[in-house]
Amino acid sequence: MKTNKKFKTIWFYIFNTLISLIFIAPLIWMVASSFKEETKIFEHLNSYKALLPLNFTLDNYKMVFQRIPMTKYIFNSVFYVSLISFFGAIVNSICGYGLAKLKFKGSSFILIIIIALTIVPFESIMLPLYLIVNKMKLINSMYALIIPFIGNCFSIYMFRQFFLDFPDALLEAAYIDGADKFTTFLKVVVPNSIPVFTTVFILDFVSHWGDFLWPILVTTNDNIKNVQLGIQSFFTMAPVYYGQIMAALVVTTLPMILIFLFFQKYYIKGIASTGLKG
Amino acid sequence: MEQILEFKNNFLGKVLVANKKVGFKEVGFLFCLPSLVLISIFLILPAFMALYYSFTDFYLLRPNEISFVGLKNYILVFKDATFWKAFFNTLYFSLTVVPLQCTLAFLLALLVKKSVKGIGIFRMAYFSPVVTSMTVIAILWIFLYNPNYGLINVLFEKIGLPKLLFLKSSKQAMPSIIFMSAWQAAGYQMMIFLAGLQSIPDYLYEAAQIDGAKKFQQFIHITIPSMYNVIVFVIMITTVQAFKLFTQPYIMTQGGPEDSTKTLVYYIYQEGFQFRNVGYSSTIAIIFFLLVVMISISLKKLLKQD
Repeated sequence: MKTNKKFKTIWFYIFNTLISLIFIAPLIWMVASSFKEETKIFEHLNSYKALLPLNFTLDNYKMVFQRIPMTKYIFNSVFYVSLISFFGAIVNSICGYGLAKLKFKGSSFILIIIIALTIVPFESIMLPLYLIVNKMKLINSMYALIIPFIGNCFSIYMFRQFFLDFPDALLEAAYIDGADKFTTFLKVVVPNSIPVFTTVFILDFVSHWGDFLWPILVTTNDNIKNVQLGIQSFFTMAPVYYGQIMAALVVTTLPMILIFLFFQKYYIKGIASTGLKG
Repeated sequence: MEQILEFKNNFLGKVLVANKKVGFKEVGFLFCLPSLVLISIFLILPAFMALYYSFTDFYLLRPNEISFVGLKNYILVFKDATFWKAFFNTLYFSLTVVPLQCTLAFLLALLVKKSVKGIGIFRMAYFSPVVTSMTVIAILWIFLYNPNYGLINVLFEKIGLPKLLFLKSSKQAMPSIIFMSAWQAAGYQMMIFLAGLQSIPDYLYEAAQIDGAKKFQQFIHITIPSMYNVIVFVIMITTVQAFKLFTQPYIMTQGGPEDSTKTLVYYIYQEGFQFRNVGYSSTIAIIFFLLVVMISISLKKLLKQD
């Protein structure tokens, strides 16, 4: 019986290892190739060597930063995505709080509208949105990437659901002490709601990091291009070198991996809770 | 004097009460105001604009000559072979990728459910393509799918399978994108399923075991019913996500070969931004919107209310 169990455990690990290889092998190949000379990438292709960083060199990385303004692209992405998530967390949290705890005339109507609006796909409004942003003379500026996405119906709904469970006794204690509604929110609610703020921030950050369609529309200027557009144009830029492109892909992924390592718990919790609430 | 004081107190009292009332009513609204303003300008307004433009012949280079054309665009759309091509491509992608990806995600979730030593590493491995953005994945897989020296064909040759053309063939391009997309995003759905599986209370399984239910029976009678809402929800978000297919064909195939990977969103983009037919593009956008709403509503109807 005991050996049978041990046998099962071993099979469990072997099976998982094989399946997970299918998921990470392409990514390992990407990282390994980014550290190789161009000719070695092709030489190694038909053996296990394809997945190992043999003949290690950093030249590809140096060349990427020389051929395109990679630092600028990454800075742009980190900058505008952080601002969307940061202002989004502020604006949507106070809205969610207003809907959850400060019921006013029409608040339930507004809530229904906001829930209904979560269905509207960005793709069906992008053309008029472009025209509006164009009218505001914001095309080819960071503002075009940031401002339209601060207000977010889904974030409002997440905040509202969280604040519904916030204990009223705590709020009343603050009112008795003479605090007004906003001070109460700022001094009592926010400090006790850090996890939901972090979760919404991370979900927003991750989803906007991959932005591609909107940036194509509103940015032609290299100075404000995000990193996704940057690597796409690098990929089509002659001469094409595998190694350099792989290095560019790795560099693009690094910030996400860092975010993920630091905020894993919140990101996963965010994904899981969106599914379980359904 | 006393009267004045009394009046003052009364008056002030009334003002204060009024203030408190007004204040109470308005504060909640004020909290919502910033978001509402942003949403009105950047979501509600463009939605109505899209609806309006869909009934006009608005052409981007002639912004001052917009005339109302009634249902002309809608009639044109239904006669437009490219639209139908894009529509069926989108349908093909969704109807294939959703079952593939959701089944894969569910199996993966079952595979990593058990909390044993090192299981976190496997979970991360399955999740790692999700952390990589679609742009990166699409560019990476162009190389993997290269018919001559791509990693996949090299592997196929080794194990004796015929080499494939992948993205270069109008028959294989969409399946290639489907496979890649399922591979990339399955880890996301896996996490939702995993959370669902972990929230099924143990005593249900214990009770079933006492009743003599086999592993498979437990799966059918406990796991599936407990997961019903989660499954429907995951299918819903995956389907809506699938309908928005754009980045992969844009980067990998430019809608080709022979329009075989041109999708609805790609067509909205092309008509609106490349050909500048705002009116016509808006018509497709409105039809796209109605499709997404229909899918969401019909799937939401399947959700069981507790």
